[in-house]
Amino acid sequence: MNIIDVKNLTKYYGKSRGIEDLSFSVREGEIFGFIGPNGAGKSTTIRLLLSLIHPTSGQATIFGKDVTRYGPEIRRNIGYLPSEVFYYDDLRVRDLLDYSASFYPGDHRERLAYLADVMELELNRKIRDLSYGNKKKVGIVQGMLHEPQLLFLDEPTSGLDPLMQRKFFDLIREENKKGVTVFFSSHFLGEVQRICDRVGIIREGRMVEVSDIHTLQKNNYKKIRVLSGHAPANFEISGVSNLQQEDGWIQFFYSGDINRVLQRVSDFEIEDLSIEEPTLEEIFMHYYE
Amino acid sequence: MNKAIYRYELRQRWSSVGVWVASLAGLVLVFMSLFSSFSSDMAAMNQMLEKFPPEFKAVFGLTALDLATLEGYLAFCFIFCQLCLAIQAANYGLSLISVEESELTADFLLTRPLSRSTILTSKLLAALTSLLVTQVLFWGASLASISLFKGDAQYDLSAVALVLGSTVIFQLLFFSVGLLISLLVRRMHSVTPWSLGLAFGTYVISAFSGILGDAKLEYLSPFKHFEPGKIIRDMQYDTRLVLLDMALIILAVGVSYWLYQKRDIASPS
Repeated sequence: MNIIDVKNLTKYYGKSRGIEDLSFSVREGEIFGFIGPNGAGKSTTIRLLLSLIHPTSGQATIFGKDVTRYGPEIRRNIGYLPSEVFYYDDLRVRDLLDYSASFYPGDHRERLAYLADVMELELNRKIRDLSYGNKKKVGIVQGMLHEPQLLFLDEPTSGLDPLMQRKFFDLIREENKKGVTVFFSSHFLGEVQRICDRVGIIREGRMVEVSDIHTLQKNNYKKIRVLSGHAPANFEISGVSNLQQEDGWIQFFYSGDINRVLQRVSDFEIEDLSIEEPTLEEIFMHYYE
Repeated sequence: MNKAIYRYELRQRWSSVGVWVASLAGLVLVFMSLFSSFSSDMAAMNQMLEKFPPEFKAVFGLTALDLATLEGYLAFCFIFCQLCLAIQAANYGLSLISVEESELTADFLLTRPLSRSTILTSKLLAALTSLLVTQVLFWGASLASISLFKGDAQYDLSAVALVLGSTVIFQLLFFSVGLLISLLVRRMHSVTPWSLGLAFGTYVISAFSGILGDAKLEYLSPFKHFEPGKIIRDMQYDTRLVLLDMALIILAVGVSYWLYQKRDIASPS
């Protein structure tokens, strides 16, 4: 069963494009990664699904219900962590979370204590005095407090230190095991690969690809840079692309068995070497040139 | 209506209401404390006023006033109170929705499981409660100041009640027009220039219509609709203008609901 169904969704802000003719669906119980560079339309899509903004044309349903018509009902089972977290500054963390919980039926005190404990959140501080990372934690607790069936995470890890990121990911996996569907938006391929089942790639307002994470990982490109006076112009192994030479540096993308390329590279006298994840922009340029 | 929002909004506005009430009460108190010295020099006062050019008197609404009577004196003082009340009401109306957008908390509020009309209704009722509390305390302060400083002066309580009671529609008008304006603007960064502009702008229009004697300008300024001197003279409100105001209030609030339903909430980033 599909939790989210988006059909030909289009949003224009006056004349400027938000998203164009976007169609995709998210299945029940999966973690769906939504990646694309800044300005691609990720936030626009999430804001449309939350009916913070209204579509120019097209349709979206969540839990089988139209988002513009059944917004309040749908949102009862949605948790949202915005990319930039802003709350009422003069409230204490506890008051804000109580305020948020009051909108959902049931008693959420135990859950609040549990989440605050996991995320190491101090409940008695004023929102105003919190660092960016701590505000993000408030956002995480706020989004998961009422045990929603669907979580929207818009660039959730920015501002969190690596340790907190791990705890956060554990929390997401734990929720997911309980059957919660997660919509995870990011411009960082690595973290999406870490946690998602399927990935949709959005670029300039259009969905360019939706694929299984395993398929994407087979196309796991590395960006390799080698400084060597003796490197040949042709590597003669498959999987190398976009080869560029400059000032003795050779740079290329490689996809395939990493051992093969390392053996090949070790034939030259290497002065310096770096292997890194290509940025998403580089992948896009590579994929869609 | 959602109780949590209503309570939160009331708490947010508590201190603001306190400041407005204190200023208004202070204003009436100071004015009324000077009444006895005014009325004892009644003849000199009215003589002095006669020497003022009529335009000047028109600007301050003094044409219809007899400052020697308590009602007349109160009416003079009331004009300044009206300015304060106008600024306060416009402020609350303009900021009702826009504050969530300028403080970037709209995303939080609107992703709760509530319809926008529920949110607007809860906020609206909280703001109206704040305005009502302001008015009731202001009425109390005015009546207290009158009885404290009236001395031997006789006055007509129903005239005073009519003048004070005019604040209800007067504030509602500024509030609802402020709300409408805030929803017509895409993003309102600061509310104060707008509310000051609205209050002083309409006051200036009222002053001009006094000078020019232009009946058409009269329609444009709520100050003219509830001119205290005129209320005391006629011992009633101008029914035509009050009906016009009520229609305007209903229209502005109705259109505001409609605009808020359709509104795209701008992204914080």
